[in-house]
Amino acid sequence: MKNFNGEILFLDRADINTDEIIPAKYLTEITKEALKPYLLEDLKLNSFDPEKDIEGKKAIITKENFGCGSSREHAPWALEMNDINVVIAVNFARIFKQNMFNNGMLAVELGEKTINDLFNTFQGKKTRLTTKFEESLFIFESGEQRMEVPFTISDFDRSLILAGGWVEYADLHY
Amino acid sequence: MGKTIAEKIFDAHHVDTPSGDIHVIKLDAVFCHEITTPVAINDLVSRGKDRVFDPGKIKAVIDHVTPAKDSKTAEQGKLIREWARRQNIKDFFDIGRNGVCHALFPEKGFVRPGYTIIMGDSHTCTHGAFGAFAAGVGTTDLEVGILKGVCAFHYPQTIKVTVTGELQKGVYAKDVVLSIIGTLGVNGATNKIIEFTGPVIDKMSMEERMTLCNMAIEAGGTSGVCYPDMVTVEYLWDFIKEDYSSKEEALKDFQKWQSDSDAVYTDELTHDVSSLKPLTTVGYKPDQLKTIDAMGKTKVDQVYIGSCTNGRIEDLRAAAQVLNGKKISADVRGVLSPATPQVYKQALKEGLIDIFMDAGFCVTNPTCGACLGMSNGVLASGEVCASTTNRNFNGRMGKGGMIHLMSPACAAATAITGYITSEDKIQ
Repeated sequence: MKNFNGEILFLDRADINTDEIIPAKYLTEITKEALKPYLLEDLKLNSFDPEKDIEGKKAIITKENFGCGSSREHAPWALEMNDINVVIAVNFARIFKQNMFNNGMLAVELGEKTINDLFNTFQGKKTRLTTKFEESLFIFESGEQRMEVPFTISDFDRSLILAGGWVEYADLHY
Repeated sequence: MGKTIAEKIFDAHHVDTPSGDIHVIKLDAVFCHEITTPVAINDLVSRGKDRVFDPGKIKAVIDHVTPAKDSKTAEQGKLIREWARRQNIKDFFDIGRNGVCHALFPEKGFVRPGYTIIMGDSHTCTHGAFGAFAAGVGTTDLEVGILKGVCAFHYPQTIKVTVTGELQKGVYAKDVVLSIIGTLGVNGATNKIIEFTGPVIDKMSMEERMTLCNMAIEAGGTSGVCYPDMVTVEYLWDFIKEDYSSKEEALKDFQKWQSDSDAVYTDELTHDVSSLKPLTTVGYKPDQLKTIDAMGKTKVDQVYIGSCTNGRIEDLRAAAQVLNGKKISADVRGVLSPATPQVYKQALKEGLIDIFMDAGFCVTNPTCGACLGMSNGVLASGEVCASTTNRNFNGRMGKGGMIHLMSPACAAATAITGYITSEDKIQ
């Protein structure tokens, strides 16, 4: 299982599309590793600087419809190559979400209220995520502040995480 | 309880229900292009599983960057070309025969009512125009599709959009689908099928239905879908005439792929288009719309006509009738990319290419290039493009560029004046 723990990057915007996560001009790369420097290069978001703000982050918290647009799996790969294996959002575009689980990565939907609470409590502070996968529990911590948030993912998505991805799962079953 | 067309297609292709509403379905076709397939090919090779489930059901094309523009795109082409040869994939379309996948594959008769299709391309939803379930997927889903001929989806939930009224002159399928996206929002159909039905759809050609279904993904939809009818039969007739004794017999067979009158939808809306005006997008999301006439004199630097949304022959005809005998503005770069070689040849035959070139358009080979800022018409920072494509995302056609999506006729009118213009303003 991949690492789902570490410092959080807050992206306070809805509808962040896969062109913003990894621009199409980098789709000519045929290795995942080559995508690493370009993650979120075209993201339109005030006070976000991909050069400074991504380093050391292991998780993303964002708003609605993250990963909309192109089907490019380069988007989760660019995250994975930066060691970001978990994205928490109000909701996701279908293909992006499937691509995450297909790679054994976590895309978890929390309600709008919970997401807003997390933004209000932790945005702008150095915040750490601890994921208790077996217990379906996220723990958010910054200094004295601590929030425990249970999450749900489908049994199928859980089995993809445990199998290591969809290729491994399909190979076993079909 | 009745079923929707998508539910019927799923039931007919059911392989497994691993949990909850997840259905693993058998695929009738797996489409491949050179951008999203190479990583899947390399992964299969590295796993010692370099094989395909059925070479006859895999269709492949080089379309996103063609001819190759640099060493990297040349390598991508080489990878898929050698794979197609090695795997005995007969339907592989390389330069000279290649075109934009979602225009080329329907034209070759590869899409049929009731089919299940995946491709590593979000605009795969286009093929729902034939009464198929067609969905864009990532490279891992594509890889499993290539290897096993299956894919996993949530059991379909459908939004039914009944399009009523009478389209005014100068209003096209592009305007209809933009207005529907405006109503649903960019994630209004996430995890859902959008079923387009009603008298306006009945009157549409297959090309117009493809324009509609193509943009289902811009509302988050898994697939668009239209019911197959005599228009579908006529379009496919050359490919199916050995299989049926008459068009009526084909129609009867195709009509098993229709939603029942008591099918259950997650949402149903009636969309009257009688007062619809030509539309364009503003900002960076396809649900942010204005009428063309409300745009004032918004200047453009480039006009792009092409893509899987609007690069087919009817689109070229619509643009050419506006451009006929006119010159485009000296301040505008006009770029036309007919979506397939067949579209290009037909446009030559009809004299449309003469009209475009006499007007001052550059005519490029069929390719997806400009639509996603990869080649053949990339924008510079601060530039504005009137485009017949499908996405106005920030940076999509080039870093710092602004895109206004619109119909081919409005794009042509805009090229003439140099600012965003509807075709009725051109005398």
